[in-house]
Amino acid sequence: MTMIFGVPAAVFLGQLLLGLINGAFYALLSLGLAVIFGLLKIVNFAHGAMYMLGAFATLLGMRYLGINYWAALLLAPLVVGLFGMLLERFMLRRIAHLDHLYGLLLTFGLALIFEGSLVNFFGVSGARYPTPELLQGGFQLGFMFLPKYRAFVLAAAIVVCVFTWFMIERTRLGAYLRAGTENPALMQAFGVNVPLLITLTYGFGVALAAFAGVLAAPLYPVSPNMGSNLLIVVFAVVVIGGMGSILGAVITGLAMGLIEGLTKVYYPEAANTVIFLVMILVLLLRPAGLFGKEA
Amino acid sequence: MSATQTQTQTQTLTPSMKRQRRADMRRNVFYLVLIGIGLVAPFVAYPVFLMKVLCFALFACAFNLLLGYVGLLSFGHAAFLATGGYVTGYLLASHPALTPELGIIAGTLVAVALGAVFGALSIRRQGIYFAMVTLALAQLVFFVYVQSPFTGGEDGLHGVPRGDLFGFISLRSNLAMYYFVFAIFLIGFAIIQRAVHSPYGQVLKAIRENEPRAVSLGYNVDAYKWVAFVLSAGLAGLAGSTKTVVFQLASLTDAHWHMSGEVILMTLLGGVGTLFGPVVGAGIVVSLQHLLAQSPLGNWVGPILGIIFVVCVLSFRSGIVGEILKSYRKNFK
Repeated sequence: MTMIFGVPAAVFLGQLLLGLINGAFYALLSLGLAVIFGLLKIVNFAHGAMYMLGAFATLLGMRYLGINYWAALLLAPLVVGLFGMLLERFMLRRIAHLDHLYGLLLTFGLALIFEGSLVNFFGVSGARYPTPELLQGGFQLGFMFLPKYRAFVLAAAIVVCVFTWFMIERTRLGAYLRAGTENPALMQAFGVNVPLLITLTYGFGVALAAFAGVLAAPLYPVSPNMGSNLLIVVFAVVVIGGMGSILGAVITGLAMGLIEGLTKVYYPEAANTVIFLVMILVLLLRPAGLFGKEA
Repeated sequence: MSATQTQTQTQTLTPSMKRQRRADMRRNVFYLVLIGIGLVAPFVAYPVFLMKVLCFALFACAFNLLLGYVGLLSFGHAAFLATGGYVTGYLLASHPALTPELGIIAGTLVAVALGAVFGALSIRRQGIYFAMVTLALAQLVFFVYVQSPFTGGEDGLHGVPRGDLFGFISLRSNLAMYYFVFAIFLIGFAIIQRAVHSPYGQVLKAIRENEPRAVSLGYNVDAYKWVAFVLSAGLAGLAGSTKTVVFQLASLTDAHWHMSGEVILMTLLGGVGTLFGPVVGAGIVVSLQHLLAQSPLGNWVGPILGIIFVVCVLSFRSGIVGEILKSYRKNFK
């Protein structure tokens, strides 16, 4: 059997793949956080809850409405995104003029409400969602076995990240968004409906989280707490990468997933903590973050 | 000569100084009344409940020192509460000869050391990044405590002996324990009160109001922030250590990020940046948890706290004590 650094190749590559898939989730979530942060200047603490709601929308959609996975991939982000837009319109907007810490606290309270309520209905153990038929099984690559669904998750996440990058960097709406990030007052003066832009941005960021939730539903148990623990890791990823650039968020997310995967191979005890340790290192060496712009 | 001296002395007592003196007097009387209430409270209410309130009140006051007076939102204060608790619990359980006050001092010192490290790391970033860094560091501590053998992992530490204070005052009775906790609370509160009203505290407020300006005036802002962080972490550790001695257990609940959120809620509800706000907030949140646990709504504690959070942020940002102070100033000054 081929060995890589003293570990069987299949184990090594398998963990690397798992790490890359975790990294895809980090990338999707930190991307959404970065988009929201850019315009609203708040850290969306409800992001983990939105990811969880995306997964639950998928699960409940199948259970009660017979919506299949492929429809959920489109519908769940849409529904959660609309819900997010309502939250922005009727809650976040009311405190937009205050210190941005209040936005953080408000979204934290919302996360407590969503998670706590769902725990009462569904418990904490989590439910299973079947892998869609089309994606069952896998490819035998010779050196390792690649489950189809995992390959799909990775591809879908990358496509969505590229799509988001394209939207923001290459379209007119994206240009408005970038201009609004720099100077919302001037944008408003030019006749752009900035409040609407903010609502749409929040909805889009939240929809990204929900999309990640749909992708996660067949992989991990769907439980009310699935988002919050993930979100704290994503915060560390965001601190490492900085929220200044789209590409930076995606690259950092994937890289951190890989590092986590490697740690699982060589020192499993530290797999939970390695990203936090990287964060400490980055704070010491480059306090603004790898892609950060702030001084 | 002496006549003119007395004259100038009386002259320097301007009306505003007289008013200040009267205000100081009123405040001292107010403090004495509160201490009096604290002394008779265990004969009216259940001492264990009161001790829980006092521990969380100290915890919230420590947190408020950072948020209310320096403007730093720490989302990782559970780490210090848990560290104090675990260290004290472990030492008292494994060394029966150790007296409780020494165990508490040891727990507090370890929390201070942890605060020194975390403070130095987290003040390198500002605003919401500061909140995320502290949250991530606290999560690191949580995972370490889940895996370390000395914390008992998921089970936690049980049966920590209360022991004899100074080696001869038994703390087994809840009444004796209560007065010990009350004394610790008063010491912690006095430290915070002193720090806030000192020139050091004035600089902290200046940093809160306008950090670039404080820098331009020549203050070493990072050093001030760091000292405040260490002080806050140490007092949070003191609260955790004391709590462990009272309840004779230390568990992962204290290290979980929910705990960091709870202390924010206590402070917000009572009034950020007021001395008594966190005490009132802690009292209300602990009472609420106590009442809800016995009611049919027992499972809804989390969402109810979330709703209070949202309401506080949307329309009650000064908190209870903040609102009282506002209306007092409007009507009496």
